Amino acid sequence: MNNYIELLLYSFLVIAALIAINVKDLLAAAVTTSVFSFVIAVLFIEMGAVDVGFTEAVVGAGVLGVYFIAMILRTTRRTED
Amino acid sequence: MKGVDVSPIVRLACRYMSRLIQVFALYVIFHGHYSPGGGFQGGALLAAAVILLRIGEGRSASQKELASGATMGLGSLGAWIFGGVGLLALLNGGKFLQYDALPAMGLSAVSLHYWGILVIELGVALAVMTVLVAIFDVLTEDDKSEG
Repeated sequence: MNNYIELLLYSFLVIAALIAINVKDLLAAAVTTSVFSFVIAVLFIEMGAVDVGFTEAVVGAGVLGVYFIAMILRTTRRTED
Repeated sequence: MKGVDVSPIVRLACRYMSRLIQVFALYVIFHGHYSPGGGFQGGALLAAAVILLRIGEGRSASQKELASGATMGLGSLGAWIFGGVGLLALLNGGKFLQYDALPAMGLSAVSLHYWGILVIELGVALAVMTVLVAIFDVLTEDDKSEG
C-alpha cells in the first residue's frame, strides 16, 4: 500500500517537473515549481527526513514561490529590442 | 500591490492567517530541541507571515509589523547574536560554540547547553526572518513609483 502512494507521489513529481519546463506562461511555471517543491517535501517526510522536508516545504513551496511571482510581475511579456 | 482595492475577505484572512503562522513559528523555534525544526525553519515561517501581510495589506500598512528600513540592521544583529555566543565561549577558554565553556552564572553544564542552543536559535531565526523579508522588499521596491 505504502509503495503505491510513493509511486503516485513520484509520478506527480515527474508530471509537475515536465509541466514546469514545457509550459509557456511564466506564472504557471512558477506555480508548478511550487507544486514540485511541495511533492518533494512530502517525499522527504515519507523517507524519514522530517527536518529536510520541513525546510523544503517552508522555503521551496512558500517563500520561493512568492519570490518567483514578485520577479515575474517586474518583467514584461515581450522584449523591447 | 499597485493600488488595487483588495477585498476585505482577503485582508482579514491574511491578517488572521499571519498571526496563526507566527504562533506556529514560535512553537517551532522554542520546541526545536526535541522535534524537527529550529531556528531556520521558524525564521522562514516568521518571514512568510510578514510577507503575507505585505501582500494582503499593502507595503505601507504592514510597516509597523517589520519596517523595511530595519531589516538589514536586525539581520546583522541576529548574526551577531549567533557569532557572539560562539566568541564568548572562545574568549572564556573553550572552542567556538562550546556551550559548557560559556560563563556559567551558577548554571550546570546541561542548563548551559539548553540556554546556549536556545539563544543561538533565536539569533538564527531573527537573521533568517529579516533577510527573507529584505529580499522580498527589494524585489517589490519599484511598484510604488510605477503607480
